[in-house]
Amino acid sequence: MATSKRIVLRFPRRLVDRPIVSRLVKDYNLDFNILKASVTPEEEGLLVLEMSGKQDDYDRGIEYLTKTGVHIQSLSQDVTRNEERCTHCGACITVCPAGAFELEPATRRVKFLDKKCIACGLCIKACPPRAMELHF
Amino acid sequence: MAKTIEQINDKIKEGKAVVFTAEEIIDLVKEKGVKEAAREVDVVTTGTFSPMCSSSAYLNIGHSRPRIKLGGGRTYLNDVPAYTGMAAVDLLIGATAIPDDDPRNRVHPGEFNYGGGHVIEELVAGKDISLVATAHGTDCYPRRRLETWINIKDLNEAVLFNLRNSCQNYNVAVNLSDKTIYTYMGMLKPRLGNANYATAGQLSPLFNDPYYITIGIGTKIFLGGGTGFVAWQGTQHNPDVPRTEKGVPKSGAGTLALIGDLKQMNSRWLVGVSMLGYGSTLSVGIGVPIPILSEEILEHTAITDDEILATIIDYSKAYPNLEPDTLGEVSYGQLKSGYIKVQNKKVPTGSLSSYSRAVEIATTLKQWIQDGKFLLTEPVAPLPGVDSGVTFKPLKERPLEE
Repeated sequence: MATSKRIVLRFPRRLVDRPIVSRLVKDYNLDFNILKASVTPEEEGLLVLEMSGKQDDYDRGIEYLTKTGVHIQSLSQDVTRNEERCTHCGACITVCPAGAFELEPATRRVKFLDKKCIACGLCIKACPPRAMELHF
Repeated sequence: MAKTIEQINDKIKEGKAVVFTAEEIIDLVKEKGVKEAAREVDVVTTGTFSPMCSSSAYLNIGHSRPRIKLGGGRTYLNDVPAYTGMAAVDLLIGATAIPDDDPRNRVHPGEFNYGGGHVIEELVAGKDISLVATAHGTDCYPRRRLETWINIKDLNEAVLFNLRNSCQNYNVAVNLSDKTIYTYMGMLKPRLGNANYATAGQLSPLFNDPYYITIGIGTKIFLGGGTGFVAWQGTQHNPDVPRTEKGVPKSGAGTLALIGDLKQMNSRWLVGVSMLGYGSTLSVGIGVPIPILSEEILEHTAITDDEILATIIDYSKAYPNLEPDTLGEVSYGQLKSGYIKVQNKKVPTGSLSSYSRAVEIATTLKQWIQDGKFLLTEPVAPLPGVDSGVTFKPLKERPLEE
């Protein structure tokens, strides 16, 4: 069975200079698409991936990353909406390249589909009341 | 038929007024016709919730000991400059004011995370606001510096006073250029990447009384979660523009100046917002009740999104250069479908105005009236109408030196 998931990988300082992700391809037959990558001034690495492959390989790949010391988080936890702050105007809808915002026809409220989110961060500053939050 | 506001108020006091929102009235008119609906309904409530830059609040903070004259000096609220060109302790904070040290657009697009709109929101929310003032000192007002926390509950007056709100219609903004632009209509992607609009359409106050028959100076309204009044026509009021057969302006037309006691308002309905690359401002919640005094008035309130047109404007060239070019008209029905067609391209639409909040406002105002908590007022003077000669002129620039 094949699987494909969007995950956020955090590399502690000691791992930043080691080849790790390449082994996902070599040893675990996994495919990935890099959605975002950065190294912070404190030299922590951050990588947002869409990772796909057979379920078995995927699970073993994740196990390898965890053992190595990479911190793994599901992407949907990284961009959140402050429901108190959101006014449901819809300024975010056309800004999002992934189509993660949708207007509910009945209520005219804006739905945030965090599964579609690729954590690009474009909505963060485009949101007038600043309701979108990035937790990288 | 031919009800009067007095008769409607009597029904409100008895808890018997029949109230519909401007959305609900559409179906009632479809079902029963204008004549029957006009007989049945006493009031139609409207609503809008949108960024409105010409909004401000004026405050009187009371005298310090020894006294200080803020007038003529400089005063900051949470680092945001306030206007003090008045008497000793009166000041005004405008929605678009930003701190002197805000980086603005030095790195474009600037974020404008905090400004006057946010100060007004926090003040209304009951938060302490820092006030730092310098003044020149006089014999009667000797103090030159004041640094203090202020809180809305301690102020003598805190009044929301908006010079232009509730625009009758608004442009649909697009970008024909090859780069992303950042405007008060939001982020506009290149080559017709998106189209943004900014009114509540069929729920918006002035679409439901397009000739200002019932809405006038002195009309009591829902403002910022409390009550307020129409103070005057808004700046740039421009009633004589092309209209549809039903009287709805096809572009910007009437506007309202609004006033109300900030102390009874609520920060859910006065929200400080930041427009990337443009500035900070205030989203304001407004609801206007329309008394059904005639069939004609009721017929206007039954207007639908499909019957309201807006003009598409290019914000990369035509708008900034004050050029008259337009890219056609679309209905709010089309805008709300998620896509419009511009120059044969399918363009996704976004809104800066919250329709769900507009519904909430119209529904809240309806509830207030049904509960007998909100009585209607007779305007003390009409707003300038189509034949008033009031127009919106461009600036006639005259160079200071030839």
